Amino acid sequence: MDINTLRGLSTIFVAIAFFGVCWWAFSPKRKKKFDDAANLPFADEEQSQSSARRDDEQDRGE
Amino acid sequence: MTSQAATASTEVKYNYDVVRQFTVMTVVWGIVGMGIGVLLAAQLYWPALNDLVQPYTHFGRLRPLHTNAVIFAFGGCALFATSYYVVQRTCQAKLFGGPLVAFTFWGWQAVIVAAAITLPMGYTSAKEYAELEWPIDILITLVWVSYAICFFGTIVKRKTSHIYVANWFFGAFIVTVALLHIVNSMAVPVHMFKSYSMYSGAMDAMVQWWYGHNAVGFFLTAGFLGIMYYFVPKQAERPVYSYQLSIVHFWALISIYVWAGSHHLHYSALPDWAQSVGMVMSLILLAPSWGGMINGVLTLSGAWHKLRTDPTLRFLVVSLSFYGMSTFEGPMMSIKTVNALSHNTDWTIGHVHSGALGWVAMISIGACYHLIPQLYNRKEMWSVPLVNAHFWLATVGTVLYIASMWVNGLLQGLMWRAFNQDGSLTYSFVEALDASYPGYFVRFLGGAFFLTGMLLMAYNLYRTIEQEDEEPAQANQAVTA
Repeated sequence: MDINTLRGLSTIFVAIAFFGVCWWAFSPKRKKKFDDAANLPFADEEQSQSSARRDDEQDRGE
Repeated sequence: MTSQAATASTEVKYNYDVVRQFTVMTVVWGIVGMGIGVLLAAQLYWPALNDLVQPYTHFGRLRPLHTNAVIFAFGGCALFATSYYVVQRTCQAKLFGGPLVAFTFWGWQAVIVAAAITLPMGYTSAKEYAELEWPIDILITLVWVSYAICFFGTIVKRKTSHIYVANWFFGAFIVTVALLHIVNSMAVPVHMFKSYSMYSGAMDAMVQWWYGHNAVGFFLTAGFLGIMYYFVPKQAERPVYSYQLSIVHFWALISIYVWAGSHHLHYSALPDWAQSVGMVMSLILLAPSWGGMINGVLTLSGAWHKLRTDPTLRFLVVSLSFYGMSTFEGPMMSIKTVNALSHNTDWTIGHVHSGALGWVAMISIGACYHLIPQLYNRKEMWSVPLVNAHFWLATVGTVLYIASMWVNGLLQGLMWRAFNQDGSLTYSFVEALDASYPGYFVRFLGGAFFLTGMLLMAYNLYRTIEQEDEEPAQANQAVTA
């Protein structure tokens, strides 16, 4: 195989990988999971504080 | 649960001792490293200062000490402190590693002290940002492997199901720096204090700048993005703007950064195609870099008013602005035609400090101002107005520094490339140096501003630690709340 074919293909593979990551990250199926993950910095605080923050976030997000 | 009980339980749950040690040393080494930087700036304006204690205080010997001290001592301690803190808090697990944890602290301090002794003595492997000789390199490797065991061990025993994005960045930083350090430090020792690189010629240059650029990309970027992803949401009291964006820009950033190093070798003996790869990859790098910057800044949406009253948050947000600026400037400077103007001029030094002072130092300082009250059970720093004063000194100092270097860089670049009609150079090198002279004073001033801010921070830190125990006051608050 010509080396340049390989170079061209590598560009396509990287593009596919990129769109794959985007699809995986932005798929609606995983939204809930990532919302929980985004709250991890607050998860080990007292319960009252973190639940207040979640309300706050809902005001902004939805 | 009262706040007293809460603090008591976190004290059992987490290992804060090592975080406290590294946080205090961040401030100490910051002052040392930036102090040497100010001395170097002064030497360029008053050359007689080279002769304080020759040959140890010569610019050529102190310069690597400055870079090592600010990057690996100040920045390194900040990364150790914050990564140990963040990984414990977001994994809800005590730091793994037992005695290895203490070894990472004392081992790292030993590396720094060894650097501070050997570099002024003239022992160097002559590789930029990797000057330390082989025995110290081996110690670094041991400390770093222990660091990886402590960090990833904590992730393994985590109580949460998800690994928070800050830990992904810290993890990438730890793994890649290990790889970079080991590959670039491959050398043949001839005696205790001298070794020669295993690579030679253009290959050596490429390995060196693959290392050098990824030290910027992973030590000074990925690691500090880890800090950003925990401390910005925490200080703004709201989750990161888009967790999905953080995933996409993480993978894009780490897969592109490693290819950009050859832009340090434009117009050198490196093959042309390799230079062009470096340039193109650097241009693409703008996208993931700004992904992180935008994600951090937009975390504040709806909380912008907090900037008015909270200087800690101001540090964090302004650091992101500088990150955005320098990650725009970097790709632009990697374009070959722009580089033809900027290479070897003060513009490069301005660019580095826009990143180092504006991004790395400011976000570390902001993270420390968040951490210190947490670590010592205080409501806030001893003096918030002092934090505010520090913020303005740091911001004005950075702006003075980078603006003067931009002017100098353009001036030098244009003067060096000016030709007369007969093809001879219009200006001699000394004429360009003479024209740069005022800029060197402004740079010294900017550095002095920044250093003064660090001294305020040290005093504030000391008073916060020494403060009367606030336990009764906190209990009162819990009652009124």
